[in-house]
Formats: sequence, C-alpha cells, structure tokens
Amino acid sequence: MSMTKTQKAVAAKAGVIVALCIGAVFAGFPVFWMLISSFKSNSEIFEFPPRILTESFSFDAYATILGDPTKVRFFINSYVVSLSVTVLTLIVAILAAYAFSRYEFRFKKTLNMIIVSVQAVPPITLLIPFFGLMVTLGLYNTYAGLILTYMVFTLPYAIIMMTGYFNTLPRELDEAAKVDGASSMKALWGILVPIATPGIVSVGIYTFMISWNEYLFALTLTRTEDMRTVRIGIQLLMGQHSFEWNEMMAMSILGAIPVLILFLFFQRYFIGGLAAGSVKS
Amino acid sequence: MNTLLKDAPPRIRQPRPTFKRSLIPYAYISPTAALLLVLMMLPIILVIGYSFFDNVIVNKNPEFVGLANYVEILTDGVFAQALGNTLYFTFVSVGAHLVLGLSFAMLLNTRLLSSLSKALFRAIYVMPWLFTVAIIAVLWRLLLNPNGVINYVIITLGLSDTGIEWLSSRDTALIAVTFINIWAGYPFFMVSLLAGLQGIPRDLYEAATVDGANPIQQFIHVTLPQLKPIIISMAMLDLIWTSQQFALIWMTTGGGPINDTEMLSTFTYKAAFSSYEFSQASASAVIVLLLSMVLAFFYVCHQKSRD
Repeated sequence: MSMTKTQKAVAAKAGVIVALCIGAVFAGFPVFWMLISSFKSNSEIFEFPPRILTESFSFDAYATILGDPTKVRFFINSYVVSLSVTVLTLIVAILAAYAFSRYEFRFKKTLNMIIVSVQAVPPITLLIPFFGLMVTLGLYNTYAGLILTYMVFTLPYAIIMMTGYFNTLPRELDEAAKVDGASSMKALWGILVPIATPGIVSVGIYTFMISWNEYLFALTLTRTEDMRTVRIGIQLLMGQHSFEWNEMMAMSILGAIPVLILFLFFQRYFIGGLAAGSVKS
Repeated sequence: MNTLLKDAPPRIRQPRPTFKRSLIPYAYISPTAALLLVLMMLPIILVIGYSFFDNVIVNKNPEFVGLANYVEILTDGVFAQALGNTLYFTFVSVGAHLVLGLSFAMLLNTRLLSSLSKALFRAIYVMPWLFTVAIIAVLWRLLLNPNGVINYVIITLGLSDTGIEWLSSRDTALIAVTFINIWAGYPFFMVSLLAGLQGIPRDLYEAATVDGANPIQQFIHVTLPQLKPIIISMAMLDLIWTSQQFALIWMTTGGGPINDTEMLSTFTYKAAFSSYEFSQASASAVIVLLLSMVLAFFYVCHQKSRD
C-alpha cells in the first residue's frame, strides 16, 4: 500500500510533532518538577505515588527564604558581585578591544594569542595559588577578591567578542572624529560605543551569567556566611541530617530568575551573540 | 554615510606618529595586561613552582623535590581512575551533546510547523541552559532520589522492584552524572547549530533536489559540510569545558561511590582542600593545565586555518 503525496506530508508532520514532544518532555519535565516541588511541603516531596498538586500547595518555601536575612544576603552578594563584574569587565574589555581593533603595536599578535589561549586555563589549576594569593593580598573573603577573580575568566571572551564587533564598524567613523580634533578616548566613548550597543549588551549578558553561576571560587574564596553567594547558599540547605528540598527548589527558582528575565528580554542578543561568538571568535 | 566620506576631500592633517601617540594602545591594554599578569600568569608560575616542592603552603621552608610529586600522582591508582572517568565523562557528553543538539536543531528548523509553535518548543528546549550546574545538580538529586519520580516511573513500568540508587550505586553513578551533564549541555550546541542551519542558503537544497538527492543524501552532502566549521568549534570548546567540570560532580556524588565518579577536577580539589596535600594537588593541577593546553592548541590551530 503506497501513500499518496498528502498522506506522506501528514505522516511527516505527525512524525516531527511526536519527536518534538518527546524532546520537550526530556528537556522540560525536570524543570516542571522543580517548579511544582517548590510549592509542596517538605514531607510531600517523596510521596509515593508522586502527585503534581498537593493539598498543602503554598508559597511557604519562598516565604521562608525571603524572610530569612541570611538567605536574602546570599542573593544580595550574588547581585553585588555579578553586577560589578559585568560593569568592570565591559569597561576594561572595551578599552582593550579598541586597541586591538584600531591600533597596530608591537606584541599585538602575541597578546592576542595569550588572550585566546587563557580561556582554556582550567579554573582548578588557578584555585590553589589563588587561595594563597588572595590571603596575601588581603582579598580573601571579600567582594573585591571574588570580583577580580571572575574578571580573569570573563575578560578574554569579552575582549574577543568586542574586538569582533569593533572590527565590523568602519574605521572612518572614529577617525573622522579624531581629525576633527577629538581625542581617541572621545572617539571611542562618544562614537564607537553607542553604535556597538547591541554587541555590548550581549557581552554584558554573557558576563553576568558567568559570574552569577560561578561555584568553585565562590566556594573556596569565601568563608563566612555573610559573603556566600546563592550557588553556595543552595548547597548550605543540604543539611547534615535533613534536606529542605522544597526550599532548595524555591531558592533554585529564585536564583534562576535574573537569567530567565535577561533571556526573555534579550533573547535576540543572547542567541545572536552566542552564534557570532561560536562562528567567528 | 559611505558616499559622504567618498566625496570628502583628501585628508590634509594626517596626524604624525609621535612617541606619545605610539603609547596610546598600550595604555588601553594596560588594565587587561595588569589583571592577566597578576591573576593569571603569576598563579600559573606559582602552581608550577609548588609542584616541585614538598609540603608547600603548610610548611614555611618547603624542600625542592624535583618530579617526586608527579611520580607520586602518576603512580596513584586514584589519579589514573580519575583520568579514565574524566575521559569517559567528557567524550560521551560531547558526543551526546552533538547528536542531541543537531537533532533538536533540525527538528526546530522544520518548515512543517508554524513559527509560533516552533518558538514555543524552542523555549522549552533551551530551558536546561538557563539553569546553572549548581541548580541542575540539586534538581537531579531530587529526580534521581531512590524515592524520586524517576524511580516511581521505573517501578510502575515494572523495570525494577525497588528502584535504583542512581547516584550512589557503583554500577550507575558514572552513567548518571554523565547523563545529567548531557541534559545540562546540549542547548549550547542546539542554539548555535540552529543559527548555522538558518544560515545555509536554500538554493543549495534546491540544487540537491534537482539532482535527485533524497533527504538523507541532502543531510550528508549539504547540511553536514555546511555545519562542519561550527560543529568543530563547538566540540572543541565543549571538550575543554566538560573536562574541567567540577560543580556538577561535587554537588551530586562528590566523586563517589569509592572514586567511581572521581574526575581530575574533584581529585585535585580534594587533594588540596580535604587532605591539604598542596604539593600533589599542584602537580595534578599542572597536568590538568597541560591537557587543556593541548586541546586549546588544536582549537587555536583550527580557528587560524579558518581565517
């Protein structure tokens, strides 16, 4: 029995939809389960058989976290560190990218090689000397220590991306300004930076995500509870005797909200920037 | 804009390069250079130095021991096991990321569905990417718990009577952490490959159809060659990142049971911050660095050959 052309088209469409739905369960179910678990009471988390909606559906887990000053502090720490890293990385990267894009100088090739290859330096390699270095510099258990550490990991990518963006902008733009007597600084911040905003936004988002999500150095370079970030805070909820699963899930959701918001509003930049980075960098 | 510049008279005041002007690019580079020098180059030199001494950090006057730390690490069975686990974890993850990422990207690139329903599916598919590994680790501990929802499904389907201790059984722990990493990492491939697919000119497919190529031949002779540069770049980046994964392992199994999921990263971390064997940890950290540099070398060569 052979199929007609329309039957074939219908079968193909059905196949694609079925495949997409299976994939959607694989991708989405864990996230869905995290969400509904955050509305349960801790005793209902491992009910057998599991239920989606329970009688005790509530926002209690969220209220507990947001009502606890120690846990709120984790969020404040994460915001302070991530926003500082983002702003500082952008400023330093824009300056460096401007030099790479618009000037010829000795060691340019070598420096460029170094910046590309340090991206591959494993964090674990730096961890041991960092510990001693931060203690020596008096930066152990401080915001500044974490911020400088994260910049080492965000800067190389940011510089490569920004240089790429600047290279797509015609040289005449800033050189015309310089001929008119503006300094190179003015040409950069007054002319290039405003035009490069889309690129700057996507580099900024990427930088924010890296520092918001960092775990290893946050674990090792902070000691006291008032310096811990959200990532470590989630782990602190895994107590020795009991796991506050509902609170962990609520904290995970709360911890993911900034990234979700960035993604919703800047989806275009996200995917565009990432694609450009992976194709060109 | 372009025409205006073309019509402009040739420049008269061409600024002459002076010593002061030639310093400008260095000034712009200096914050980056300072940061990388103090927090990248110096630590690397320090850790290489540590690896040749005994009892660094804890001892005030450590003694030079040459390659002894390396010999100790390389003859340590746990290090060998960690290396093997890291290779398994990395290659299975990257392979699965590629296959899943490409399959999902091609499904999402279909012309059979409206763009609205494609946008909806894309939003679901990209979800694992929006959660960091620390969250993903906790989430999968909930799902894979002996009393968790995945074991409920397995028991209900009659595949097992009691459920499986995914993360604490010696038979399944390495498979389980690898699976979690696959779930966490495929969207990165998917998003880039989707952008790549959308960039393939339609006439290539039309020409292939005229030549009588079926969908599979089109995939092999048009899609794959067009995506090859992206695939190689992504795979190399993924190899580097996956081989360095720490948080996921640390928060799910901690390297256990009995070193079965020990990776080079967790091995190094434990040597330093659990056993305070900073010298051995440094030797291990240097080996990890060398392996990463080999991967990075291939990555840079590949990028250069494309320019």
